[in-house]
Amino acid sequence: MLGEGLLKGLGETARNFAGSFVSKERLTTVQYPEEREPLPEASRAFPFLVYDGADWEAGLRCVACQICEKECPPKCIYIEKSKDKKPDYVGKPQIYPAKFDIDISVCMSCQICVEVCPFEAIKMDNQFELATDDRFGGLLYDRKELARSNEYYHKIHPTEAAEVDARLAEEKAKAEEKAKAVAAAAAAKAAPAMAAKPAEGAQPQ
Amino acid sequence: MSESLLEAWNRPPTIEVDGEGELLEVAMGPHHPSTHGVFRMDVVLDGERVIKLKPVFGYLHRNHEQIGQTVGYLQMMPYTDRLDYFCSLTNNWAYALAVEKLVGQAVPERAEYIRVILAELTRIQNHASTIGFLTQEMGASGTPLMYAFREREKILDLFESLTGSRMMCNYMRFGGCRVDMTEAHLNAARKIVTGLPRFIDEFENLLTSNEILMARSQGMGVLKPDLAVNAGITGPMLRASGVNYDIRKVDHYGIYDRFSFRVPLGEHGDIYDRYMVRVLEMRESLKILEQALKDIPAGPFIDPKAKIRGFKPKPGEAYGRIEAPKGELGFYLISDGGTSPYRFRIRPPSFINLTVLEDMCIGQNVADVVVVFGSVDIVLGEVDR
Repeated sequence: MLGEGLLKGLGETARNFAGSFVSKERLTTVQYPEEREPLPEASRAFPFLVYDGADWEAGLRCVACQICEKECPPKCIYIEKSKDKKPDYVGKPQIYPAKFDIDISVCMSCQICVEVCPFEAIKMDNQFELATDDRFGGLLYDRKELARSNEYYHKIHPTEAAEVDARLAEEKAKAEEKAKAVAAAAAAKAAPAMAAKPAEGAQPQ
Repeated sequence: MSESLLEAWNRPPTIEVDGEGELLEVAMGPHHPSTHGVFRMDVVLDGERVIKLKPVFGYLHRNHEQIGQTVGYLQMMPYTDRLDYFCSLTNNWAYALAVEKLVGQAVPERAEYIRVILAELTRIQNHASTIGFLTQEMGASGTPLMYAFREREKILDLFESLTGSRMMCNYMRFGGCRVDMTEAHLNAARKIVTGLPRFIDEFENLLTSNEILMARSQGMGVLKPDLAVNAGITGPMLRASGVNYDIRKVDHYGIYDRFSFRVPLGEHGDIYDRYMVRVLEMRESLKILEQALKDIPAGPFIDPKAKIRGFKPKPGEAYGRIEAPKGELGFYLISDGGTSPYRFRIRPPSFINLTVLEDMCIGQNVADVVVVFGSVDIVLGEVDR
């Protein structure tokens, strides 16, 4: 019969229309700005720099090794190394980024900078509402705008952040152990030498 | 072959023109809402009838092949997401396959299974939304499209929780995948797979026997099998013309020889057959998904010895191809031993499937050109690259 298919189709739309009042399966939309779906943990938008402690400038994990700058596909990262050094999380003096800019109008959220970073210093944020009326300065983030605390990182990616913290703690323990062993060996070696030639041992270098 | 574009345009029409009145040349697009983006068809009309049609490409050209020759091997991976932005995971897979062939990298068992699962989910969401767009172009103002997008949303939610991004997944790596698909992700996939047959049944109830769809699509835009083969058409369009050619069956890439599934074929090569082949392919994809989700083994998701950074393959060449939802997607790489390929070439299915547009449209009405164009299933990001 002509029109049978149409009626069958209309039956389907009627079922969906009626179903949307009772079933969440059939009504999947939310009223966006007021109502929000929770973001999955893995979701990513743009990169940020992690810092430990309270002071963002002193706590930045980045050591300006420039690997992310080299590996970034659209080349949206710009780093300038510092002239002096500051201690990193294990206490070793390291260079830090005097300048760290990301042009997020160029960034394509691919996460390759996060993958290649050996220092767990750059991570992905899930903040996506970044519209601004200034398309040059407003979208060029410097290191102060990029810095986020480790607590913030724990808040948005809890599982991943816990893994990173465990790995860093392990590295730190290893480094401390090694430093202690080195110090002990140096002390053991230096003790007889000091006894023989006290003047030489007192001189720096 | 030596005919220039201008000569092609000036050649006499292939079908008889009504002597009354004059021909009208119309530029359909690049901002026509039915062109899925920015694509122009220069159409010569005799009344309502199409006499000649010239597709004009290049409005979304972003220089992907040159970028591929400039950046490193890993850096190209996120760019492949942007080719066919509906199916970024199959694009990733095709590129990873080409690089793996180039360097002789093996892929662990689990990673192969994860790739199959994600590729088949991608195929389902692509076919569902393609049918949605096709019906939209026939005048079904959004209902099938919205139903398709509702299901697609569930699949994209899984992609987001797994890869971090809904469409620009950047997930495959040379020798495996970036992160593991945990039991929670697999259960989410299982839930989607158990819910999808009902959706496809509903979709078919809505459309398959719909008189309007049948009237608009049966006998329209017929593509003859010999022309399809000669023009290098692949994917559902070729199979709708009745040619049994599926790279999953022909090439046995990945682990597709382990799954039992059939290749749906059309008979007439018209728009309705293309619609039907896509529906049946969704059902076959579900079969593959059920088997893959049952059999997925434990183990590493990436080869632990696989090199990600500082990639310098030996001089040589490789061609990796897969059955992407739209057809044969291939990446051709020539390495000269440097950090980036000497030559990088993409074989895009949508671009090559579009080359027969004129043959399918001649003699049809203008309104049918839109439907024929929709049945090809293109994404302009891939056509213009």
